[in-house]
Amino acid sequence: MDADAGADLKNHVTRPPSDIDIELRMLMEAVYLKYNYDFRDYTGASQKRRVLTALRAMELDTVSALQARVMHDPAAFAQLLQFLTIPVTEMFRDPDYYAAIRKQVVPFLKTYPSLNVWVAGCSTGEEVYSLAILLKEEGLLERTQMYATDINPESLDAARRGVMPLDRMRLYTENYQKAGGTRAFSDYYTAAYGGALFDRALVENVTFADHSLATDTVFAETHFISCRNVMIYFNRRLQNRVLGLFHESLCHRGFLGLGSKESIDFSTYAERFEPLDKRMRLFRKVGT
Amino acid sequence: MSAIRVSGKDRNADQNADRNADLRAAVRGRRIEAVVIGASAGGVEALVALLPALPEDFALPVFCILHLPGDRESRLAELFDDRLPLPVREAADKESIEPGTVYFAGSGYHLSVEKDRTFSLSCEPPIHFARPAIDVLMESAADAYGPCRRPRRHPADRRQPRRGRRHGPDPRVRRLHGGAGPRGCPGPDHAAPRHRRLPTQSDFAPAAHLYPVAHVGDE
Repeated sequence: MDADAGADLKNHVTRPPSDIDIELRMLMEAVYLKYNYDFRDYTGASQKRRVLTALRAMELDTVSALQARVMHDPAAFAQLLQFLTIPVTEMFRDPDYYAAIRKQVVPFLKTYPSLNVWVAGCSTGEEVYSLAILLKEEGLLERTQMYATDINPESLDAARRGVMPLDRMRLYTENYQKAGGTRAFSDYYTAAYGGALFDRALVENVTFADHSLATDTVFAETHFISCRNVMIYFNRRLQNRVLGLFHESLCHRGFLGLGSKESIDFSTYAERFEPLDKRMRLFRKVGT
Repeated sequence: MSAIRVSGKDRNADQNADRNADLRAAVRGRRIEAVVIGASAGGVEALVALLPALPEDFALPVFCILHLPGDRESRLAELFDDRLPLPVREAADKESIEPGTVYFAGSGYHLSVEKDRTFSLSCEPPIHFARPAIDVLMESAADAYGPCRRPRRHPADRRQPRRGRRHGPDPRVRRLHGGAGPRGCPGPDHAAPRHRRLPTQSDFAPAAHLYPVAHVGDE
């Protein structure tokens, strides 16, 4: 079609940023300086989509207008935060992942007298309740301290409440069974008013806390960290920071679980985690 | 970026020749950096016809995305790896985009192209029930690569009324062009009296080019 089309592909010229890219950067800088939420190292394409969605929802014309609103109105920032974070998840999402934890990680966890488990980026709690159910069935829940962290206070509140939409229960039950669940899934929740309230005993030992992977540090030594589909929103620099945090937090030979399409191959920590189950994205810490 | 739509129906040779001329005119003077192909589930057949025609020394990255039902693992990259002279991979998060490589969007995640020429995945909700969604990949690629140089318009084109004005152009296609696409190019049935037929999709996408699948591979 065009013979020399790819000739200068390798040394492509970086174009000057468009107006909207400049505005986005200024917005993220303003949000960081004013509210100490650091979205500056989030990947561009997805962040841009979400800000544009927020613009439409908040009936504003430009990102600059959004910045002005957010600067002078904390409520507007709280609203924007719901767009910037992505609460799209389900219980026992990718059942094979949970089955793999049961089979390959739990036998090691059983050797510890007490356990610290960290669900990083727990969103509205689906993963926390899933893991709690799994640990309960494996007889580990009572000796486990779980940390469920997120940057979105509304998501954390929802996670604490533990009420899931009732219409999701069919899917979750199916996932639970595929994940190797040993009981009736409905044993774990009470259905009423269109919601499913999960057993409070599941989260008795769970600490829900505001923690930012972008700005905060390690708070505990952990044996297992599950951080699924969180780091895909981060650029390589922030991914490296987060993997550094996990490496520091994990105990000797501790376990790390990631989302089904996530990779550490392109990070500086590629050598410092070894795959336990590559397909299920389960890793073990190497070195100190 | 330029939108080219491919249809399954073949037409007569004259029309094909016209279309080839259109296509050449559309890409003349442009610096093309990547090819994005989006298709519905039936598009596998089209890709089987299209992709093996790529030469071994094809210099551009090719991004393919299909709207497949469900969250099942996609095996498309494996399927095409044996059939093409080019390397074929499923696009991975944070992977650098290599020229002369065919990438497929994996299942369950949206695929985007970033400005630093890497891929990123995301779990945003499905768009029109699709994840990965063609819109997400195309919009982000258009944004990352930017508009290519504006081709000179033929004066005759300028007089031609824009297609689909009554309905307004599809905003998605407009975004692909970044306002710099060729306008007034013939639609699918430009020989037929326009006012009598129902608007087709190309009426909503005035700048898109429509080509029969079998023929695109020959170009």
